[in-house]
Amino acid sequence: MTHRIVILGGGTGGTLVANRLRRRYDEDEATIAVVDKDDRHVYQPGLLFVPFGLADVDEIVKPRHRQLHAGIEFHQTEIDRVVLAEDRVLLSDGATLPYDVLIVATGVTLQPEETEGLTGPGWRERMFTFYDVPGAEQLSRALNDFDGGRMVVNLVDMPIKCPVAPLEFAFLADSYFTERGIRDRVELVYVTPLDGAFTKPVASEHLAGLLSAKGIELVTEFAVGEADGEGGRLVSWDEREVPFDLLVTVPLHGGAPYVERSEGLGDAVGFVPTDPTTLQSLARPNVFALGDATNVPISKAGSVTHFEGETLTENVVRFLAGQELSASYDGHANCFIETGFGKALLIDFNYETEPLPGRFPTAVGPLPLLKESRLNHLGKLMFQWLYWHALLPGRDIPGISPAMSTSGKERLPEPV
Amino acid sequence: MTTIEVAGVPVERDSEGFLLHTGQWTSQIATDIASENGIPELTPRHWQVVEFMRERYLATGTAPSIRSLGKESGVPIKELYQLFPKGPAKLAAKIGGIPKPRGCI
Repeated sequence: MTHRIVILGGGTGGTLVANRLRRRYDEDEATIAVVDKDDRHVYQPGLLFVPFGLADVDEIVKPRHRQLHAGIEFHQTEIDRVVLAEDRVLLSDGATLPYDVLIVATGVTLQPEETEGLTGPGWRERMFTFYDVPGAEQLSRALNDFDGGRMVVNLVDMPIKCPVAPLEFAFLADSYFTERGIRDRVELVYVTPLDGAFTKPVASEHLAGLLSAKGIELVTEFAVGEADGEGGRLVSWDEREVPFDLLVTVPLHGGAPYVERSEGLGDAVGFVPTDPTTLQSLARPNVFALGDATNVPISKAGSVTHFEGETLTENVVRFLAGQELSASYDGHANCFIETGFGKALLIDFNYETEPLPGRFPTAVGPLPLLKESRLNHLGKLMFQWLYWHALLPGRDIPGISPAMSTSGKERLPEPV
Repeated sequence: MTTIEVAGVPVERDSEGFLLHTGQWTSQIATDIASENGIPELTPRHWQVVEFMRERYLATGTAPSIRSLGKESGVPIKELYQLFPKGPAKLAAKIGGIPKPRGCI
């Protein structure tokens, strides 16, 4: 019997899992179909660099179908909904895809309209986001025209993709304005709903130190209830105010719109409840999910999706063979954090271990953890090549394993 | 870890004041933790939120986020911030005796 595997989403997770599964099955053993609404695969870490003129959009966007190996069908259409009870997906172009296994990899949708005033007057004029391609391009023009004043960098609420990106944006802005010779005319403010610069204590302290060293003001526990583009102010739910001349915000995130239309698939904001170690959805045994689309308690980030992909591929194969699933995903995540002036930090962590200082991938390096270095910055730049040529095709990256290694991490005393 | 005594029974809490054992929770503990955090009296609106949090946590193993609370608890976000100043989801979880909502990083 030929298994029918349907993958919703042709981004990082959908693409790498499709390619890995294609290698596991001959074409007469399984059909693999990928659905996405467009044919533009964005290398999302690149969006951070676009506003500063450090990357061009055409370098970071490639056709989705070209990243999929031979023998994988690509359907370019919106998804109407998933009918879990009937094991099929209804597409907006009228077609129906029946499946034996469904993989949800449709990521998140930006929801600026969920914050009062944000998409009103001033949106994309003095209030911007760099979390999508048009936004990053518009912000590039706005930064170019900005020659002094108060710039506020903000995230409305967690969860967001790549939670360190707004911090990186603040660091790069400091570097950018310094190089333009106008840093003394720019007031930089970082406004977060969290109680520190970041969620995990050791990294949070480190990053707060960097903000302060770079003269970036930190405003914490500020949950934005309203953005007033005309008056140039953010208003929190508890009625505090932060004024701005230029706002760079990360809007609220939710799941893809079809998730809400698919009875039983998602939670209140459209994320798919998923077992954090096997990546099987809680909705149905034959539905799996990975990447930003799930509700697992770890960063929404490409590295997470990459590590999840290995466990998910193995579990789809086991499920179709009627075997027990492997609970092998440990929440491993790592990311380079750009800190400006050609340097970056690196953090590596999982469900249980917070980001700690040390060296990566092992005690003998070469990359320092939680410490600014030129080598980490080069690592971040090199990663873009690995993304297109190793990660998406579903090859293993030497030295980087899906399970987190504690080798090289300096142990800290447990908090009392 | 710290211990508080409620009606003569010791109750264990973590360094931030969240109960270590959800099963030890009582409505008296809720009232005590609330007043410790600047809420002198738990009104029916407070209870609506605290009970929703507890039920959701016990059913799913996860505490709801502030956005889910705003959408599903019947209390709008603005009012949640008035009832539980600063971090409604965090404070309501503490009062409801369930673990701190895991900040997804």
